[in-house]
Amino acid sequence: MKYLCLIYDEEKKLGAMSQSESDAFMGEYHTFTEGIRKSGHYVAGEALQPIHTATTVRIRNGKLSTTDGPFAETKEQLGGFYLINARDLNDALQVAAKIPSARLGSVEVRPIMVFSQQ
Amino acid sequence: MGEDAADQAGVRELVDAVYRSDSRRVLATLIRLLGDFDVAEEALHDAFAAAVERWPRDGVPANPRAWLVSTGRFKAIDGMRRRARFDASLAELARRLDTDTSDPASWDEESVEDDRLRLIFTCCHPALPPDAQIALTLREVCGLTTEEIARAFLTAPSTVAQRIVRAKIKIRDAHIPYQVPSRSDLPARLDTVLHVVYLVFNEGYSASSGESLTRHDLSGEAIRLGRLLIELLPEPEAEGLLALMLLHESRRAARTSPAGELVLLGDQDRSLWNPEQIAEGSALVRQALASRRFGPYTLQAAIAAVHAEASDAAATDWAQIVGLYDVLARADPSPVVELNRAAAIAMRDGPPAGLTLIDALLARGDLEDYHLAHSARADLCRRLGRTMEARASYERALRLTRQEPERRFLERRLSELPD
Repeated sequence: MKYLCLIYDEEKKLGAMSQSESDAFMGEYHTFTEGIRKSGHYVAGEALQPIHTATTVRIRNGKLSTTDGPFAETKEQLGGFYLINARDLNDALQVAAKIPSARLGSVEVRPIMVFSQQ
Repeated sequence: MGEDAADQAGVRELVDAVYRSDSRRVLATLIRLLGDFDVAEEALHDAFAAAVERWPRDGVPANPRAWLVSTGRFKAIDGMRRRARFDASLAELARRLDTDTSDPASWDEESVEDDRLRLIFTCCHPALPPDAQIALTLREVCGLTTEEIARAFLTAPSTVAQRIVRAKIKIRDAHIPYQVPSRSDLPARLDTVLHVVYLVFNEGYSASSGESLTRHDLSGEAIRLGRLLIELLPEPEAEGLLALMLLHESRRAARTSPAGELVLLGDQDRSLWNPEQIAEGSALVRQALASRRFGPYTLQAAIAAVHAEASDAAATDWAQIVGLYDVLARADPSPVVELNRAAAIAMRDGPPAGLTLIDALLARGDLEDYHLAHSARADLCRRLGRTMEARASYERALRLTRQEPERRFLERRLSELPD
């Protein structure tokens, strides 16, 4: 069973970190990623550039609209993700709780949809 | 012929009795064997229907519960095979279920008890919304109908049904496992279960709104759940919660006057308190405290037990109650705990000491909309002869309460104030 762990951080909080705090935080991420590679949970994972780099597109009435920024302004912003293999939701939640951002922001865990092959 | 009919009626009664005593156990095991709540429920009904038909003819099996489990499982797999003509994935599922679980050893007593715990922990999974945890627990663990749950919570049956359906969909689609949590997860997961039981009890004990002050059935159901829980998992906080519910329940007859008016703890006729429930609750509190692994429920139960020991309000050991609130405020800090502590301090040291604390609490703003904070303040002002302030606080409390008996109580207090 695959789950996507969507990582939400407050960019303001991250931006307010000192260099050494920020290095320590990245170090934690490195250790975490190593851990889930070893345990076999890891499928993929990436960090995203900050939301000031985001662009949203939508087509309405056949017309393309392109706007600056994310789809919705929120206190916490999507900052990265891990795609993991887990036995079940409990297993996935245990992995998600170890993601360093779970302490600062939050992690949303979503099961991947499986389409039946007909 | 007449004898046959009598026999048949006897078997029918037996089936009903087995349904009452064992249907939840059978369901809990069928969910494990079949991996789906709805399939298991259908299998449960099929199994009991088969019992009604076959037991009068073939005799009652030596182990009715095992018979029901294996019959229900067989019927479910058989049903999947028949429907496999229209849905090929069911054939594969039926084949897997048939080989997966053919081990009759998995139906022994111990694993059946584990299944009941699995069911409780799955229904109270923190990934489900709290409303759904309550509805699902009452439906699956307690066997209440959707209509009964709706009536108890003053909601529409369709709302309750929808909560249950959505919860089952999430259990299936997000793969919430049917298992007892691992040792490391157990404390947090047990907290969720205890919270669900406590919410059910409170809804029955002091309904959050409406005419009737108590909805007795729900409290009884919560106490049954509490008993089941310590039978399956004798953890100190589970004992503490059962103790707390029993000690509160023991005062039920004294809480309302014959006219249906609210009677405060200090004014209750203590001869109406239920001594068996007090004895059982107090023994559980002692047991939980002795474990030294207790938490907020045990501490609240200990406070209730101190009240229960006093022959009247004046004889209450207020110093001990304040001490217990001190510990509780550290273990589980909340403005409501601080309010109760302030009220206990008013009883120990006199109204001015309590009033200072309550005013500080209100000034912080946390309890501004909590009617009991204002009525507690009003009470202390009344005892100090500060009538104007008492009136203002009673009026404030009156505007905030949604419960009819509490309204009447506050109105009575207001009318009793000197001009």
